[in-house]
This record gives sequence, structure tokens and C-alpha cells, in this order.
Amino acid sequence: MTDGRVEMRHGGGGRSMRKLIEEVFARGFADVPFDGIGLAAMDDGAAIRVGDRWLVLTTDSHVIHPVFFPGGDIGRLAVAGTCNDLAMMGATEGIALTCAMVIEEGFPLDKLERIQRSMVETCREAGAMIVTGDTKVMGKGELDGIIINTSGIAFAGAPVRDSGLHLGDKLIVTGTMGDHGLAVMAARHNLEIDGGTLVSDVAPLTNMIRAALRAGNGGIVAMKDPTRGGLASSLGEMATKANVGIVIHERDIPVSAAARAAGELIGIDPLQVANEGKAVIGVRAEVVDAVLAALREHPLGRDAAIVGEAVAERPGSVILDTGYGRRLLVESDGEPLPRIC
Amino acid sequence: MPDRVGEAKEIKFRDPELAAALGRNLTALVDEIGRSPISLMHVCGSHEQAIAKYGLRANFPKALDVIMGPGCPVCVTDAPEVDEGVELARQGVHVATFGDMLRVPGTRLSLADAQAEGHKVYVVYSAAQVVKMAKENPGEEYVFYATGFETTAVATAAVLLDEPPPNFSVLSAHKYVPPAMEIVAQNPKSRVEGFLAAGHAAVITGYGIFEPMAKKYGVPIVVTGFEPLDILAGLVELVRLVRDKSPEVFNAYPRCVTREGNLNAQRMMWQVFQPASGMWRGIAEIPDGNLRLRPEFARFDARKKFSIDASVYASDAASELVKSCICGNIMSGLASPPDCTLFRKECDPQHPVGACMVSSEGTCKIWYEYGGRPDLSELKDAV
Repeated sequence: MTDGRVEMRHGGGGRSMRKLIEEVFARGFADVPFDGIGLAAMDDGAAIRVGDRWLVLTTDSHVIHPVFFPGGDIGRLAVAGTCNDLAMMGATEGIALTCAMVIEEGFPLDKLERIQRSMVETCREAGAMIVTGDTKVMGKGELDGIIINTSGIAFAGAPVRDSGLHLGDKLIVTGTMGDHGLAVMAARHNLEIDGGTLVSDVAPLTNMIRAALRAGNGGIVAMKDPTRGGLASSLGEMATKANVGIVIHERDIPVSAAARAAGELIGIDPLQVANEGKAVIGVRAEVVDAVLAALREHPLGRDAAIVGEAVAERPGSVILDTGYGRRLLVESDGEPLPRIC
Repeated sequence: MPDRVGEAKEIKFRDPELAAALGRNLTALVDEIGRSPISLMHVCGSHEQAIAKYGLRANFPKALDVIMGPGCPVCVTDAPEVDEGVELARQGVHVATFGDMLRVPGTRLSLADAQAEGHKVYVVYSAAQVVKMAKENPGEEYVFYATGFETTAVATAAVLLDEPPPNFSVLSAHKYVPPAMEIVAQNPKSRVEGFLAAGHAAVITGYGIFEPMAKKYGVPIVVTGFEPLDILAGLVELVRLVRDKSPEVFNAYPRCVTREGNLNAQRMMWQVFQPASGMWRGIAEIPDGNLRLRPEFARFDARKKFSIDASVYASDAASELVKSCICGNIMSGLASPPDCTLFRKECDPQHPVGACMVSSEGTCKIWYEYGGRPDLSELKDAV
């Protein structure tokens, strides 16, 4: 850590953040002393065995500027984000959420009501309930509008880790990449991009993932939601944790025309920015078609595609086959900036 | 695949089969020449970006060395020029610039550092955005910190010719490419046998501008675009000219570039700017390599409008780290990022020591992001 201070990149979801967690937060906490998944796994959540089922627990604080963005708002993001972290661990049943709000003095009540309605709607889509909460108000200028923390619990038949890839496993993405990150970036920097609607994909994946798990019949071996850092970061983590190489084929990766145009224009790779309604799923080759079919049946998964596979070469690396050649797909660290020409 | 995904796949000049065919042509020509290395230089960060992004280098013939030259306007912005922007921001003026420019180190501080100090530094996408901001807040002074080659300079010129408000001005760090190519060609250490020139700059200048240089230094120059097929086709033509020992200029980007270029844009650019000698960071003093506002536009020239004394920064000694940075050699095509002891260690995009690690057009940043030239050949049969 430079100069002993936290920098913006330590919240970016990439290498710097993992380093901060490992070197500062996780220090002194032993791994869970019982059968389960704890902090050391650095997964999307924790899991504790309860009888023949697993209770999965996760938490997420949501800050976003602007609070209302094309395709969603901070309320939808807060509910979907936590439901998706649970779903990525295989936990889709009996979802209960907490909601803690920290609000800036002067925040308009009508906006708060709009956020609340959005949370109700998103909970309904996910089959989730908010069961308890907390409210704090801070002085003007002490935070930027509103922070929402949601924690969630849900049951999984068997937890899915993000480290479960083996050689030969296939990788599926459940839809177009980069929409959320590029939509928010365009809104934040007032970039006027013609040619299509660039909207966030923020959505709870619970129902779609439940269907995929059922179709996979134990053959889904790893899942992540490619939020901050995008697909590049998620695949990098999956490759590192499983100690396999991953080859993905760029031309098979779905990217919406609007996101591609925006990405080309401002020089930001849609594979390196956040999604809030997508999953990347590692699947045993023998069930990949069944899982893909189940995903495509769901409205959120209609663009799902097989994009790559786990290989023995270059363990820990992600190789992008562009159709013209190959290169490494490296996760970005910190927030990408729009470029000049 | 649904339509909207399919649609995006049909971006022109990206047909992988044609790319493979061009790749075979390239290999055949390189084999025919039969020596190694054949060193070609491109002078545009966007070319390096495209080569790295599409993974082209992994499939180049081994004997072909495609070097990146001084093709990143942000990278060659000299530290004292950054200091001027920092000093203006510290005077309380609103300073707006392109995202790439923010973290470029000045002598001691970057514009991002000035922003962190609480000064009004913004990222914009165009000069026109700054004019809009200035019109909305007539009581405040807005400076557009302008970087970029002739392509971008024309956009700045257009804004200045369109009667901007009096509280808007420009701090020009614009650069002009052709003189810099001559400096590289003149360098006795240079191994460059041919140049790939930037298509978008040539849209403005026309490819004719390179003809005297090709003749004078006996090097072929091919103008090309930025799609994978453009680059491969450009390289095929360039290697062919090297093989034939013919120092000609070839236009491999005829869908955009003409011999005379965009005369209207040239007129606008030279109406607003005049060439001036100046330092390109890490490379050399380049005669006529900088673009400065003409006296007629003095009222919009931040250097005239404000008193900018950045000399206080100049006395700051360069750190030991900065002394080990070899950005200059990398931008002159004499070294590659992995030759630098700082690359991926002390120097990364979050803590850039040299400017080439800052901009998305900088060689070090590009190699950092795309893994440089990893030998991926062992994977060919594995998948």
C-alpha cells in the first residue's frame, strides 16, 4: 500500500482489493473451525453445513454515482447484488435479506421512496424478503447521497465454489458483457453515445440459476458474477484458484451492439467492466448443453453462450483467442478511464 | 445468436479468414527476404493498441519485428507541460482534459494529484464539452488542457474558430507527428527499415506529406487504418516495399485517406496553430513538433491569459525511480517494455513512473494490459 493510505483502487474489485483484504482484513481470522467455506476462500459468500443442506451468508455495501442510472437504481442494485452473490454459491432457496441505509442529510424523500419501490420489485423477482434493517443519517457532505448495505442468507443443496474448475470444463456466460459498467460510465461522464440504448443489466439471477443448477445435476462446478473488473477479473480468479488455464474465444462472447460501440469509442473493453445481471459458469463438458438450454429458456439467459474451456497450459492465466491471434486477458486494477483518441 | 449480438460481429475489416490469408502472405514475403530481424516501426498508439488487442503479434512471423515508435501524444507530453496544467489548477482555474492525461506525471505532480488536492480538474471527452461548461458558468475561468496529434488538434481548432466564450481558453500541448518521424529516421541507432503511418492523422494531412521523407531517408512508408485487416494489409505492403528496396509511400487506407488530405481541416488547423519547437518527453527536442496557438488567438491562449510560472516545479529533482525509466528508448523504438527493470514492478498503471504506463496509447500500458508478447504457440493444438 503506497504511503500507507487506502486509494480508490483498493475498492475496485481487482488485485489491489484482494491484497487489502488478505493483508489487512483477513489477518488474525482463522478459517472456519467447522465444515464450511470461510473468509480464506475469498468467495462470493460463506457457507455453513446445516444438516444435509448448506446455509450461505453474504454481505455487500452499495454505492453508485449516479444513484439512478439507465436500466436501474441503487435499490435494485442492492437487492440484486446480494441475491446474485448467494446464487453464485448455489443458494437460491429461502432468501432473507437485511437492509441498512446510510442517508445524507437533505436527500429527497421522493427519491428514497422510488428506491424503496425498486427494492420491493426486485425482491419480488428474486423471491426474496427483506426481514430486518437499520437506518442512519449523516450530515450534508459526509457521504455522497446514500449507501445501502444488504446482507443475505439462503439455502443451497450443495455450495458451488468459484475454485472448482478442472481441465476440460466448459465456461458459459449467461448474456451480453459490460452493459452495466459502460452504461453507468456513460451516465457519469455525460458521454453522449449514439446508436442504441446503453442500459445496465442489473437483475436478480436467482430463478435462472436455480433452473441451471437443476439442469446441471451436479455438473456446475464453479460460478461467479462478473461485477467489478468484469469477465476478465472473474475468469482470472477462477483460473488462479483452480490452478488451470482458461482459453476463451472472443467471437463467441456476447456483447450488445451498444456496449461494443461505447467500448470502442472510449477505449474501454466490455470484458473489463461490471455486469450486474450476468454469471460466468464452469460446467462439466457432459452437461454443458443441458445447462445452456436451461439458461436460454430464461429471459435473462437468452443470449447465454459457451465461450471457452479450462486447459492445462499457463495455469492461472486467461488467454483470449481473438480470431486473429491470442493474447492474455488481464484484469484491470482500479477504475478504467475513458481515453483520448 | 440473437440479432443484436450478430450485428456487432459484422464490424467491417475484421474477417478472420481474410486475416489468416493476409497472415500467410506476410509470412511468405518475410521468408522470401530471408533475414532476421526485419524491423518496421509504427508511429501510433492506436496501432499498438490494435495489434495487442487483437493478438496479432502472436501470429506475426518470428523474423518480423514490429516496433512501436513515438506514437502516443499523451506519453510525449513533457513534464514541464504537465506542470503548467497543475499550476493553473492551483490558481483556482477549472482545468479540463482527456482521461489519459490525468495520471501523467509532471515534474512532481500530475493533474490527478492536483485533483486530489481539491483543485478543479475534470475529465472531458471533447473541447466542445468544456465550451459548454464555460457558457453555463460565465463567472468562472475554464481551460481546456489540449493534448493529441494533428487529428485532435483539428477538433480543438474547430472549437476556437466557433467563437467560444471569453472565459474559455486552451493550454495547447498538441503535437505534430511528421517532424518526429524524421527524428527517428535520422537516428543512427535506428534499425527501422520502414514505417507504418497512422491512418487517422493522414486523413487530415494526406499521405503526400510523407513523400519527401521517404525519399530523403530511403525508407518506405505505408499509411494504414486500425482494424485487424488494415494492419495486416499495411504490413504486407510494407514488407513488399522492403523486399523490393523501394522507398515509396503507399496508401493502404484509401477508404479514408487521400494524397492531399482534408484541406479544410488543414486550413483550420494552421489558421489556429503554428508549429513550435519543443521537447517530446523522453525523446528529443523536436523542431516544429509542437502546436501552439497563433498570436491572433492570444485571448484564448491560457499561456497568455494567465501568468503560469511552473518554474518552481522544475527545480524538483527527479527521483531515482524516474532516472531508471526507459520510456524514451521505448518510444524511440530502441527498447521494449520488458527491457525496463521497473516494468510490472515499481511501475504499473496505478503508479506509473513513466508516461508510457499511463495512457491507453502508451506501449508499457498496452503491454501491461494485454500481456505483451506471451508465447502462446504451445496452445495451438490444445484447444
